[in-house]
Amino acid sequence: MKLGILINEGPFTHQASDSAYQFATAALKKGHEIIRVFFYHDGVYNSTKFADPPSDDRNLVQQWSKMAEEHGVELIVCVAAAMRRGINDDALAPGFQISGLGQLIEAGIEADRLVTFGD
Amino acid sequence: MAEEFDDEFDGPVKRFLFVNRKAPYGTVYALESLEVVLISAAFDQDVSLVFVDDGVFQIVKDQDTDGINMKNFSRTYRALEGYDVEKLYVEKESLDARGLTEDDLLVDVEILDSQGLSDLMDAQDVVITS
Repeated sequence: MKLGILINEGPFTHQASDSAYQFATAALKKGHEIIRVFFYHDGVYNSTKFADPPSDDRNLVQQWSKMAEEHGVELIVCVAAAMRRGINDDALAPGFQISGLGQLIEAGIEADRLVTFGD
Repeated sequence: MAEEFDDEFDGPVKRFLFVNRKAPYGTVYALESLEVVLISAAFDQDVSLVFVDDGVFQIVKDQDTDGINMKNFSRTYRALEGYDVEKLYVEKESLDARGLTEDDLLVDVEILDSQGLSDLMDAQDVVITS
């Protein structure tokens, strides 16, 4: 199945990004295709390379980057939401790209299921 | 041609439902979600909006945000018609719980009970909630 994922919350305060990552990992393992992960609202904070959590905690930004590298998963950060929050190309961790909301609608059109993770 | 597509967007059309659950101010969800609605309309999708829980406050008349230094974006809901977004729904239970009626709303809506809302969601291809 082709899956799209929408993440509406940043890392740590909410579990949304953790749950989405675990869902994506399980889906890939079962042979499903993740056509795109789209980061919106505070979800854009998942993309910043400046995140530096304590070493005994999970690092969600790195986890997403690794998934992009190993499975070719597209990680799209909404440009308008990112600009409001001080995130630009210089802040992006590997594998993340900034693009427009059209990418979210396209994911909804192209995927068999669009799954939202939020508050 | 078995299927007819709109002249501007030459692609498939899906049924998108945007579920608005949050008050217009206090968090950014309502404002940023409205931006997604406008983009989905630009892609000529079959768009519906439903307002539930505190989301019903998004379309209450006579909003005045002067005192909180926030942009009053409630007029945008009235402009949706111009983007061919005309299917707006409100859950009856959410209105009742807040002492609101259809007359308090700034756009024309169809009132649904929670069963009607469930049926509406069932009929969609894509549901985006915020």
